Amino acid sequence: MSEIMELARQRLLEPTALGDQDLDRLMSRLLSNQVDYADIYFEYSRHESWNLEEGKVKSGSHNIDQGVGIRAISGEKTGFAYSDELALPALEQAANTAKAIASGGENKQVAVALKGESNRALYAAIDPIGTLADQSKVDLLERVEAEARKQDTRVSQVMASLSSVQDIVLIAASDGTLAADIRPMVRLSVTVIVDDRGSREQGSAGGGGRFGLTVFTDSDRALQYARDAVQQALIKLEAKAPPAGMMPVVLGHGWPGILLHEAIGHGLEGDFNRKGTSAFSGRVGEKVASGLCTVVDDATLPERRGSLSIDDEGTAGQNTVLIENGILKGYMQDKMNARLMGVAATGNGRRESYSCLPMPRMTNTYMLAGESDPEEIIASVDKGLYAVNFGGGQVDITSGKFVFTSSEAYMIENGKITYPVKGATLIGSGPEVLTQVSMVGNDLELDHGVGVCGKDGQSVPVGVGQPTLKIDELTVGGTEL
Amino acid sequence: MSTAKNLQQIMEPDIQDIADPLQDVVEQVLVATSRCGASSAEVDASLSQGSSLTVRLGEIETIEHNRDKSLSLTVFFGKKSGSASTSDMTADGIRHTVDAACSIAKLTAEDDCGGLADADRMATEFPDLDLWYPWNPDTGTARDLALQCEEVARQMGDAISNSEGATVSSHEGVGIYANTHGFNGIRYGSRHSLSCSVIASDGEAMERDYWYSEARDRTEMQSAEEVGRIAGQRALDRLGSRKIATCQTPVIYEAQAAGSLLSHLISAISGGALYRKSSFLLDHKGKKIFPEHINISENPYIPKALGSAVFDNEGVATKQRSIIKDGILMDYVLSSYSARKLGLLTTGNAGGVHNLMIEHGDKDLPALLKQMDTGLLVTELIGFGINNVTGDYSRGAAGFWVENGEIQYPVSEVTVAGNLLDMFQNFVEVGNDLDWRGNTITGAILLEQMTVAGE
Repeated sequence: MSEIMELARQRLLEPTALGDQDLDRLMSRLLSNQVDYADIYFEYSRHESWNLEEGKVKSGSHNIDQGVGIRAISGEKTGFAYSDELALPALEQAANTAKAIASGGENKQVAVALKGESNRALYAAIDPIGTLADQSKVDLLERVEAEARKQDTRVSQVMASLSSVQDIVLIAASDGTLAADIRPMVRLSVTVIVDDRGSREQGSAGGGGRFGLTVFTDSDRALQYARDAVQQALIKLEAKAPPAGMMPVVLGHGWPGILLHEAIGHGLEGDFNRKGTSAFSGRVGEKVASGLCTVVDDATLPERRGSLSIDDEGTAGQNTVLIENGILKGYMQDKMNARLMGVAATGNGRRESYSCLPMPRMTNTYMLAGESDPEEIIASVDKGLYAVNFGGGQVDITSGKFVFTSSEAYMIENGKITYPVKGATLIGSGPEVLTQVSMVGNDLELDHGVGVCGKDGQSVPVGVGQPTLKIDELTVGGTEL
Repeated sequence: MSTAKNLQQIMEPDIQDIADPLQDVVEQVLVATSRCGASSAEVDASLSQGSSLTVRLGEIETIEHNRDKSLSLTVFFGKKSGSASTSDMTADGIRHTVDAACSIAKLTAEDDCGGLADADRMATEFPDLDLWYPWNPDTGTARDLALQCEEVARQMGDAISNSEGATVSSHEGVGIYANTHGFNGIRYGSRHSLSCSVIASDGEAMERDYWYSEARDRTEMQSAEEVGRIAGQRALDRLGSRKIATCQTPVIYEAQAAGSLLSHLISAISGGALYRKSSFLLDHKGKKIFPEHINISENPYIPKALGSAVFDNEGVATKQRSIIKDGILMDYVLSSYSARKLGLLTTGNAGGVHNLMIEHGDKDLPALLKQMDTGLLVTELIGFGINNVTGDYSRGAAGFWVENGEIQYPVSEVTVAGNLLDMFQNFVEVGNDLDWRGNTITGAILLEQMTVAGE
């Protein structure tokens, strides 16, 4: 990690000649008054994207954002200011603004010894933008387009985009933390429209992670996304109206794990539980799922979209068990909520950028594999829904009500998949839905790396996953009575 | 340019204080793009600042100060283009950003429909829309307002058991858009809000609800008492919610939920969706898509409104116009690019619509409930179950079951589903309880029938 720290210093501190003594001075400035904890978060982020439609890469964009966020915490109070200038006077001004949260009080002079700790790096400290020549990025998108068109003459539109981000962060905190991370992220997305004599549908696929762009050129991956998008759109062309009402639902493996993210993940974030505003508040140790369910939030998977070597407060990424054999084991914590609840931080303190406050967020959330054969799960259903792909979801963490919307689903009749149905929203109650899980497949899969999670207006990349699951009863929001 | 002079007469001096350095940046960018050989270019530089303060359970929880700079630009080399943006407006930052855009433009394909909007469409008049009411409350003022608001909400009933807090936020921003046609226009505006979210509990279940007020001019916001009272009452009203049996029934979308229906209309008649043939309203211009009594218009020149603007993101003059007249789709929502793709002219909507309004009747919400007699009143929607290609619609909902025109009990964990084409044809009545807190301005809307899935 010392190499990462060196690179982060070069990018974030050296251009404005900031040294360790400046960080020390800023920290002691922040710690005057009754401030319990303070941190300084430096960030440099560079983003590039290329977009193809109508067979041509018609547009591309490039963005650089850098700045520093300064936070001071006194009890449950947080003061926050940021600057997009990295020079010392701007930082001092932001520090003064942030620490005004704790007005008055005696000066408690605390000497902070900033100390870098070595953490395991889960991804290479690369700049993914430079891992492929620009012309090759354009060529890649054109190949994806050609692959999609090749699948079927009914493909009328292909839109594809390729984006790469390098994010460099350096965190200094009053608990002595001095940490840095270099986070690559790439993503390729394909959307197609198919047109069958005026009847149209859309299909999408994509993926990515914390690696370089050559993953897309060295393998069949990108072309597979093109084929998947076309197949999804063609299936939707044949789809009939979806059913309405309560019925058994079988969720496919992989991306349908968005169920876990919405139904229980958000409700297990530490801030809501400290404040007692979650439907899961005060329920650690209780049974909240069937004994077949074990759910983890795991930041430590190499190169995954939701993975973090360290979180945005400098805590090492961890594999946290949320639910074990149906019993709620614990919450996801950042430093502030962990301290106020008297538990350990779990490496879930994340922020969209330097201009946003960190809070407890998910990383890669998934359910461990069970023992059932996926075919046996489908065969067990008399009449129900088999949903294999989803769009977005949302949850009201207080009432626990959550939704997620299928984008590819089929009717199951007498244990057999019979016909595709159009997208429908599934709605349920977070604390109840996992108690309805009666079969868990042996086919755990993680998603392909496209997830974006929003909370309080902040977006962060996440991963989800699960094996095939059977939920005995869930409300399906179709139109057919 | 005469623009700056005009604006000086109508604005308070502090807009100009913010705009002057941005003008320097804009000029540097245009010089740099022409030096790089770009045949044309456009640039947008903006600065916004403000603060927000949240109290929770009677104590300050967070104070956040914001100051955001943003520079974005697009260069054209004949029919090729490249874009770049940054928060770094130093000479170095500008140079890097222009270089990045130019190197992208070298690799993009020629696009016949690309380029700046046509010069003859640039806005030439800049009426003052009365959008600038900076406030910047000091910490004490913001704290007292938020405390009062939350306290009122918590006092609404013993069942209010917890709070997510009350927030006062105040922001203002100035932006300059300029291009190589010689257009240079200033946007400016302030925006303030007061919001409150509390939790009611009956020992078994918890329900959260919220209310907020937002305005350009803080004196036009609802009072702290009113926001707190509504937030508290809404949370209390949801206690004891249950599912209903799956059925087909009339539905009323409360005003703050009804705006989403108009947003779906706009998505479907937007140029991008039309030229990609990914809209269920493809080729519907001139067709009747609503009942005869429905009229929807775009109104960019309403003083003090949140969506008001003199020019769009390409400098094109915005226009007061009819979008739905007597139920007929009159016009699309186009930027210059999508307009060229469709062989049409831009409608001044690069960046979106400005104050979309639906004509309303003379009934308030209680009168609409009477008219519906029996059905579902939807007060909150969750999820994203809208297929813009087919119009298929399915979303999670919460609200109230209505019988004999009276609210009976709260409802949750249900979905409302249909197809937007049918739903638009099913618009029966629009209430007069207009919600002005956004860019789509509507009252409650009564729909003849939808499928509700529950038990």
